[in-house]
Order: sequence, then C-alpha cells, then structure tokens
Amino acid sequence: MINTIWIVLMAGGILVAGFQCLGLDYSSTAGLVMNPSFVPLNDLTKGLFDSAKASVNLAMGLIGIMALWLGLMRIAEESGLVKIFARAVRPIMIRLFPDVPEDHPAMGAMVMNIAANMLGLGNAATPLGLKAMQELQTLNKVKDTATNAMATFMALNTSSVTFIPATVIGIRAAANAANPAEIIGPVILATGVSTTVAVIVVKLLQKLPKYQVLEPQASSAESAGEEV
Amino acid sequence: MFQGLINGVSAVAIPILILAIVGHGWYKKVKVYEVFTEGAKEGFTVAVRIIPFLVAILVAIGSFRSSGALDLITSLLAPMTSWIGMPGEVIPMALMRPLSGSGALGIVSELTTTYGPDSLIARMAAVMEGSTETTFYILAVYFGSVGVKKTRHALPAALTADLAGIIAAVVVTQMVFG
Repeated sequence: MINTIWIVLMAGGILVAGFQCLGLDYSSTAGLVMNPSFVPLNDLTKGLFDSAKASVNLAMGLIGIMALWLGLMRIAEESGLVKIFARAVRPIMIRLFPDVPEDHPAMGAMVMNIAANMLGLGNAATPLGLKAMQELQTLNKVKDTATNAMATFMALNTSSVTFIPATVIGIRAAANAANPAEIIGPVILATGVSTTVAVIVVKLLQKLPKYQVLEPQASSAESAGEEV
Repeated sequence: MFQGLINGVSAVAIPILILAIVGHGWYKKVKVYEVFTEGAKEGFTVAVRIIPFLVAILVAIGSFRSSGALDLITSLLAPMTSWIGMPGEVIPMALMRPLSGSGALGIVSELTTTYGPDSLIARMAAVMEGSTETTFYILAVYFGSVGVKKTRHALPAALTADLAGIIAAVVVTQMVFG
C-alpha cells in the first residue's frame, strides 16, 4: 500500500510538472495557445534536492531529543516507576480485558505497552506490544482467530493513547517553535476522543453475530484436553 | 479559560514528568547519570534509522507539492473537509496517517518546515500525529507475529477510531488555536 502511495506521489508530481512544461493557455482569446518552457521541471528538480537535504537536517535535530527521552525512560524502568504505573491502572485493565486473568503476564505486557505509547515512545512500545500479543495468544482457543481481548488491545493501540507525543514535539523544537510542547493538551483531548470511540466500537462490534468465533469441535476438544 | 487550562497542562506536563522520573530514580538509588546515558545512546541510532524513510517520503511529497499535483487533489477534496474546519494542506496527513508512521511523520515535518511550527496547519498536523496511529502497520505486524489470520472486528473498530481521532484533532485544534 505504501508502495502505491509512494509511486503516485513521486510519478504523479513528475507527470504534472511535465504537463505544465507545455504551458497550455486555455484562457487565450486566440484558442489554445502553447508556451513551452522547462521552468516547471527545473523547479521540480530543485524541490526534490531541497527535500532530500531537509530530511537529513531534520533527523540531526531529532538526535538530541530522542536521546533525552530514551535516557529518561531507562531511568524509569530501572527505578521501578513503570511497574508502579502498571499497578495503578490495574482496575481499568480488568474492565477492559475481562477475559484475561488479573495476574496473567499478558496484563503486565499490555500495561507496559500502553504506558510507552502514552509517553510517545514508539520504539519501546512495539517490543512490549508484541510480547503482549504472544501472552494473549496463550489464552486463545482458536489460534488463527483474534480473541476479544486481542481486538480490544489492537483498538487501544491504533487509537494511540498518547500523553507526551515526544517525536512530534521534537520536530517542532527542531523547527524553532515558540512553544514546541503546546500541542500536548490538544493531543490528550483528541486522543481521549479516539480511544473512547475505539473502546465503545470494539465492545459493540464483538457482540455482532457476524464477528462471533466459530469454535470447531476438534479444537474445543483439544483445548479442553489441554486444561486437564 | 478552556485555552488557559490546555496551555497549563502543556506547560507543566514535561517538567513534572522529568522531575518525577529523575526524583524517583534518585530515591530508589538508581545511578541516574549512568543509566540515563546508557539509554540515551540509542537516541542516535533511532534518529539515524529514520533518515531513509524521511528522505523517501519527503522527496516524494516534495515532487507532488512542487509540481502542483497536490494542489489539484486537495482542491478536489477541500470542499468536503472545509466544513469541519480542516485546511486542504492537512488532507495528505489525514490520508497518510493510518498507512505509514514514517510517512505521516514526514508530512508533519514538511508542513512544520513549510508553514512554520506556529501555523494552524502545522499545529493541526502535529495534534493529528499525536492522537492517531498507523493502524494498518500495527494490525499487520501484531497479528502477523502470533499467526492470527482472522482479525474479526479489530480492523473496523480501529478504522472508526482513526476517523474519530482525525475529526477530534481538527475540532480541538480549531478550538484551541483557531
């Protein structure tokens, strides 16, 4: 999908610029007039090189801010602050994931993932999220089909429960914003809306007949056997 | 009042968080300086790792924009988005956000550099970046990693949440900065 978008952006731009080189003038009284020129293509080429240069400047500006957050996150892990946070949100987690036992490792992994997302630390969030999925899979009776807990966890993840959008603050700081962090409040509000919608929709949809799990006889017998 | 409250939250969030992390680390006798630098080392790797994605997407968007192709598409979509207060310049961001994290980041960077970080456009894109996620990527990677093929209601729920997040980002940005 990203390949399609990329080629449309890249080739679409070049084709449109090429078309503009014909310099067609529809408004002329003398009918369709052509004023051929290479200016649009020259501008395009200059634009491409400028964009390439700008992207590296941007990444260089990000190094310091990323280092700051990753350093702080490491302190929070070592001091056990992350664990304290996990304990604090336990009551919410039990309601969101009624099918997952309270002390199951899946709960801890999910809390850590959501906490990393809240702090805007995508690189810390992904490994923890994958761990959470593996733990949820151990509770799954039909292995090729998503459980309600998995779907809820995915809905939470994709609706992005963010409190500190660190990367985007970094970009704004690198661009010399008057107040790079001013977007935090609006982000918390907007993310609250999308997360609320995500939870409501996922809980409503899981009741629809269309999304019921068809548990084959063989697999239910198998899982019953495992429990014994 | 409302705006003051939001600005207040924005102002205190990071200083308090940093103080809490460092203070708690010191209280728990963590060697804060050593541990911090250990974690910070990864900052360079992460920033450098995104360069290829930034170049790819910024150059592609550069091509689309400097040729006037983007103006063409956004002028087609703008009448539909303007009634919720979304400027045409932000449309590519809303389209890219569920598809590619690096792509959306590239668009935010691009809008921030082009229109200035204190413009409504840059702020709206930043709020959108912070309040939505790369749905397709996350679903593919997370479900793929455990071999789940039938994702049931996960995708429709996630896409509905994306739409809600994008609209919320537009409305909140207009309320606070508009």
